[in-house]
Amino acid sequence: MSKLEQTAQKALGWVDDRFPLTSTWKAHVSEYYAPKNFNFWYFFGSLAMLVLVIQIVTGIFLTMNYKPDGNLIPGTNVSTAFMSVEYIMRDVAGGWIIRYMHSTGASMFFVVVYLHMFRGLIYGSYQKPRELIWVFGTLIFLCLMAEAFLGYLLPWGQMSFWGAAVIVNLFSSIPVIGPDLSELIRGDFVVSDVTLNRFFALHVIAVPLVLLALVVAHLVALHEVGSNNPDGVEIKKLKDPKTGIPLDGIPFHPYYTVKDIFGVAVFLVVFSLIVFFLPEMGGYFLEHPNFDPADPLKTPAHIAPVWYFTPFYAILRAVPSFLGTQVWGVLAMGAAVVLIAFLPWLDRSPVKSIRYRSPIFKWVLVAFVTAFIGLGILGALPSTNTRTIVAQILSVVYFAFFLGMPWYSKLGTPKAVPERVTDTNLGRQVRFVALFALTIVLATTFAMVI
Amino acid sequence: MSEQQVDNNKRRFLLVAASGAGAVAVAGIATPFIASFLPSERAKAAGAPVEVDISKLEPGEKINVEWRGKPVWVVKRTPDMVASLAKNTPKLVDPASDGSVQPEYCKNEGRSRKPDIWVAEGVCTHLGCSPTFRPDLAPADLGPEWLGGFYCPCHGSKFDLAGRVFSGVPAPTNLVIPPYKFFGNGDSMLLVGADQ
Repeated sequence: MSKLEQTAQKALGWVDDRFPLTSTWKAHVSEYYAPKNFNFWYFFGSLAMLVLVIQIVTGIFLTMNYKPDGNLIPGTNVSTAFMSVEYIMRDVAGGWIIRYMHSTGASMFFVVVYLHMFRGLIYGSYQKPRELIWVFGTLIFLCLMAEAFLGYLLPWGQMSFWGAAVIVNLFSSIPVIGPDLSELIRGDFVVSDVTLNRFFALHVIAVPLVLLALVVAHLVALHEVGSNNPDGVEIKKLKDPKTGIPLDGIPFHPYYTVKDIFGVAVFLVVFSLIVFFLPEMGGYFLEHPNFDPADPLKTPAHIAPVWYFTPFYAILRAVPSFLGTQVWGVLAMGAAVVLIAFLPWLDRSPVKSIRYRSPIFKWVLVAFVTAFIGLGILGALPSTNTRTIVAQILSVVYFAFFLGMPWYSKLGTPKAVPERVTDTNLGRQVRFVALFALTIVLATTFAMVI
Repeated sequence: MSEQQVDNNKRRFLLVAASGAGAVAVAGIATPFIASFLPSERAKAAGAPVEVDISKLEPGEKINVEWRGKPVWVVKRTPDMVASLAKNTPKLVDPASDGSVQPEYCKNEGRSRKPDIWVAEGVCTHLGCSPTFRPDLAPADLGPEWLGGFYCPCHGSKFDLAGRVFSGVPAPTNLVIPPYKFFGNGDSMLLVGADQ
């Protein structure tokens, strides 16, 4: 051992006597044993962490030049907030790339999180004993939606303004307390500079703090019970009698750190292509009306939320008002998100992974994903009578997936689950891709034909 | 160490008393934070009435006025427009405006003080978008029975030229009519936000 290494060892020992540095590293990284059969679906958790870091870092730098001031600059019809975003885009060195990273990061956050949630769905990762991981995850998803909504007001463009006006007004449909509640959220009788200031505070301080705490809880809970895997086999059941290490487990570092870095590299290629060549993504990542400054007297001809909210927005629009109130649509939209948290208790299947579940579940899943994507497409389009009917049918499918689960998840005979995790299987992958392609084709047909 | 017996009753009392006092303190200190979310005095004071010159308003024309940060519409309806209102009545949710918000003097078929001049808040009663003025008869997108009115681009709510909502759309009630009054030479001026 060289002199330098000895000094380093001593310094580490000094820290370890006062802070659990080495033991924490071991527990969560170098001696955290993860199943050895992770496939590409397992990239999206670490990618979500990467996007979180991108959002925090770019966000900090954006606040250095952004001004949350919705008042008009004297003699113009443009606000200070809108102009400060233009200033970042045009005059601040590197400003445009930082902002496009932040706006692209918002959309990519939802891409990786939706895929991450789908992974949990197909491999039963929410089932016992991982219920709390799933509940924390759902709360993270809720925080993410809040964060995206709050942040979208900040550029103070037409979509910012009218999107916020519509969503805050959702709360006023709640009986009795509704009107006062939406006034409490806005801090004014209409969406105004006051609203912009508080949304800014919530977007940069309050929600990110909650989000970070939830991410820690999500990971601590995961590392307590251990990761699930594509076979849904509990690797802790079979351990090496000498070492106590699961037979199918490999240490997270270096095996999965290296695998995840590969995922990061691929992700960053895609991310850079978007930032440099398609930052607006044809109006889906940054909507065209948001390049017009907010005008409280004029609603844009077609308002639609950003793509990641469209499935829930389509559910909102699909529910008609009756009994003199339209709170039902709001309740349905809320329920569509909240129901996700209850999956661990709705699913009564004896096996976790889709690999061993009965074929019935696979067809139900195809219907559900079709409904979700179909609703997403419908939510981005202006509504017509036919589209509303289709959205109503797809909403029923969406809710039936959750509410019917206690019944249909017990139907059919599951296949025998092996003792140990299995190797990749080409036939299975081909079948999976075929089902997935069918789902996409079905969903697109639904929305495009009408 | 003390040889005394532990007095559990006393401990429980102290625990409850301390928790109670703590809860009161938390409620007390939370009050200003929650209150700071309410509209400020400045926001409340911004609701002053606005004056509008309507002498140059052409028949069939609509102008926008800002009052309390909201769009307020003033429309000078033609006699044909006023006559068309009765034909819509069977298709409306609340033709007599019983469940809608308006001053008492506007609770009539035209929802106005005078048959021609119509004043309303241009805010959809569904989710607060500002509907579009569509005075054209029977346009392709709104169907052959359209006699002119307002169409909300956000969620497709439809209102007639008195701001009364059609059935089968998301908006639950008619458009809100603010308090207003006419004044000046030959009622050429309009005051929105006050009627006294």
